[in-house]
Amino acid sequence: MILDGKAPTGKIQDSWDKHRFDSLKLVNPANKRKYKILVVGTGLAGGSAAATLAELGYQVEAFCYQDSPRRAHSIAAQGGINAAKAYPNDGDSIYRLFYDTIKGGDFRAREADVWRLSQVSNNIIDQCVAQGVPFARDYAGYLDNRSFGGAQVSRTFYARGQTGQQLLLGAYSALSRQIGLGTVKMFARTEMLDLVVVDGEAKGITVRDLVTGEIRTHVGDAVVLATGGYMNVFYLSTNAMGCSATAIWKAHKKGAYLANPCYTQIHPTCIPQAGDYQSKLTLMSESLRNDGRIWVPKKKEDCGKLPSEIPEADRDYYLERKYPSYGNLAPRDIASRAAKEQCDEGRGVGPGGRGVYLDFSDSIARLGESTIRERYGNLFEMYERITDENAYQRPMRIYPAPHYAMGGLWVDYNLQSNIPGLFVLGEANFSVHGANRLGASALMQGLADGYFVIPYTIANYLAQTKPGKVKSDHPECTRSIAEVKAERDRFLSVNGKRTVTEFTREVGVLMWNNVGMARTKQSLTEALQKLPAIREEFWKNVKVSGSGDELNQQLENAGRTADFIEFAELLARDALHREESCGGHFRVEHQYPDGEAMRDDANFSYAAAWEFKGTGQAQELHKEPLKFENIHLAVRSYK
Amino acid sequence: MSAHATEHGTMNIKLIVWRQPARDKPGRFETYEAKNITPHHSFLEMLDVVNEDLIKAGKDPIAFDHDCREGICGMCSAVVNGVPHGGQERTTLCQLHMRKFKDGDAIYLEPWRARAFPILRDLIVDRTALDKLIQVAGFVSCHTGGVPDGNAILVGKPEADYAMDAAACIGCGACVAACPNGAAMLFAGAKVAQLAELPQGQVEAPQRVAAMVKAMADQGFGNCSNHYECEAACPKGIEVKFIARLNREFTKALCQEKIGAISTTTAASGD
Repeated sequence: MILDGKAPTGKIQDSWDKHRFDSLKLVNPANKRKYKILVVGTGLAGGSAAATLAELGYQVEAFCYQDSPRRAHSIAAQGGINAAKAYPNDGDSIYRLFYDTIKGGDFRAREADVWRLSQVSNNIIDQCVAQGVPFARDYAGYLDNRSFGGAQVSRTFYARGQTGQQLLLGAYSALSRQIGLGTVKMFARTEMLDLVVVDGEAKGITVRDLVTGEIRTHVGDAVVLATGGYMNVFYLSTNAMGCSATAIWKAHKKGAYLANPCYTQIHPTCIPQAGDYQSKLTLMSESLRNDGRIWVPKKKEDCGKLPSEIPEADRDYYLERKYPSYGNLAPRDIASRAAKEQCDEGRGVGPGGRGVYLDFSDSIARLGESTIRERYGNLFEMYERITDENAYQRPMRIYPAPHYAMGGLWVDYNLQSNIPGLFVLGEANFSVHGANRLGASALMQGLADGYFVIPYTIANYLAQTKPGKVKSDHPECTRSIAEVKAERDRFLSVNGKRTVTEFTREVGVLMWNNVGMARTKQSLTEALQKLPAIREEFWKNVKVSGSGDELNQQLENAGRTADFIEFAELLARDALHREESCGGHFRVEHQYPDGEAMRDDANFSYAAAWEFKGTGQAQELHKEPLKFENIHLAVRSYK
Repeated sequence: MSAHATEHGTMNIKLIVWRQPARDKPGRFETYEAKNITPHHSFLEMLDVVNEDLIKAGKDPIAFDHDCREGICGMCSAVVNGVPHGGQERTTLCQLHMRKFKDGDAIYLEPWRARAFPILRDLIVDRTALDKLIQVAGFVSCHTGGVPDGNAILVGKPEADYAMDAAACIGCGACVAACPNGAAMLFAGAKVAQLAELPQGQVEAPQRVAAMVKAMADQGFGNCSNHYECEAACPKGIEVKFIARLNREFTKALCQEKIGAISTTTAASGD
């Protein structure tokens, strides 16, 4: 089937304004209070959506698995948020942010969605300032900017190395205000385990109360999923331990198409893995690449030496060498692959030769240690706590790590999935980043979707549906509860020999080795052969103790892992079908002689949206062709 | 805190852990062995190892809160040898590494202890009381949209830095756990100070501080009696000067009420 993203046509500069007037119906203020909206996830996208929808007068119920909405993983974003304010007078514009994002995504995103994102980016900064977000300022009191990868302008706003935290606390404060006013009912420590679909429309969710174990359904007039990304499918990633694909996977099993899962971002600057026991990888903000220079020894025999013993002439600043115009600020996919190449050639440093240096000595000499400390002090401290090394004195060691999912549930221009009434925001959808996300654009998308897009687009759906159509005693609710309980009982009844973590790790290692930074037909085929066997063994041999009627963290993890095992197959299948390299998806068979990714626009210029056909069955592929009417398709070069 | 372990040696650690199956059930200490722990294990990874062993032995693993494991989400929370987060300066429990311990150490592990934080299971407590403090007034009452350009509100660099110092709080509740009075003054003070310092927050400053002070009492938090244990335990280095700021803002608000300019009796709210 050919999918229609329903993007507006015509002049791109007018597309969002025109769409809002021409195509989006409104719900009048007196009627808004009759509608109930369920918002799952309270990160930047979900938190801002729940707050804004409640401000408008809708009844909102919000859900998160953490103990407080303030803890969603948006909080860990360090470096900044992009906007096209052009305050530095350096040639930026909404059009340039639009262009950079399309190009950064390797021409695999919908133009109109990206235009809208760029357009509302400026409103986000204004909104956050009004909330009291303490952005960095210069001495005259004006907002300060820094540079990020994939851009030649300074358009990134930041709050020390904790921008995600400050923006999330801004959204959390707006959400808290609504909770205090009684317009949002907050359900923390509550995990969504199913989507309730009635007559083809999303009308509720089934959740488990993680403290009491109660399984119940909440019904509403629309469901908003803002449940983040799926990178924990690689086991070790920069995601929080609780981040999972469960919400989007359950929605997928109820009919929602999942798009472009093979677009996975491997972040170039993370602290290398130290041992097998390790539970997660820690990111070092990309902003460090503003002042740090990346290098490896030119000679393999120097890799074991202390960095200070390697003279300047024997160092290879490979990003500056290969990409002179962007240098150390090359986009993430390119910087990650380049690091892997150096290490594969045997020039990596640190344990297992899986690391490259990120060196601040030049910047410290130029700016002084105190300036570097002011810019990145908390990151240097974090590095020292983990590695026991002082990065003011010796270069950091970094290596790429799974970080962000560009793929996600398919949505149209209104952020509505193919299931009417189901809206998907932030990292959980597939929309604006194409095949690769630029740094400081995740925060921008989350808040754009939540503050400035969904409040308009959801009204269009609600205006055409009667409020309160489905009650909680509807047969679909009863059926959903029974299914969730049956799955819970199945986890508890296997009583095998292997722990949940052993399965999570097994799947993750397979996915990292075969479906990670470089993929081949052979590695993907092998993964697709092994995954069903892991799934079967999981259901025969997993061990989950305790009961379902109590706080049971093993049971929570079992559910997330079972979904990851199923989801992994789709990710591998999508990667196998996409016979080209683009952005975060690199197929070894498709590259230029110099190792750059080779896109195939003639055959693959589409979003791949997959329809569920049963566990273990191949999904059906639906294509949404991508049209580029404003930006000329070109080989993506940062040289 | 013990001397550093040798770089390559592994350690065996004795853990004495508070186990409590549910809020209304009695708890007790249990002893476990953590074996073959390397200096590079984080504290929580050491607990992962212990839990894997417990699961395989058919026993209930130790329940503990954790999520980001990089010191920013504020979810992890346990008292290690009497000190919330384990006593390494400016470090959350998830960022504490086993190189700070040595072979044969005995480690006592308890949940946050405070009247406002009921225990849910083992090391997990209910911290929604902190959310309630924010819900009454820990915000600027601006609607989405209709706000001025970001650069129309000038904020001096010293004021922005001060606000950021306060805003760095991760809401973990270690300050409450460390306080002999179970007070949340550092948590509330940080929010009051951040917003009172910025021009955006000044309009509602008196109502905000009054509402938050009242909410602290309502939620069962104690009062500050200047022990400074909160500052010592805070993994983000939030300073007690923000408690002084809270007191100053509160006094100011009371004075304003006396002269009848502002009513501090109702919580700040928007609509």
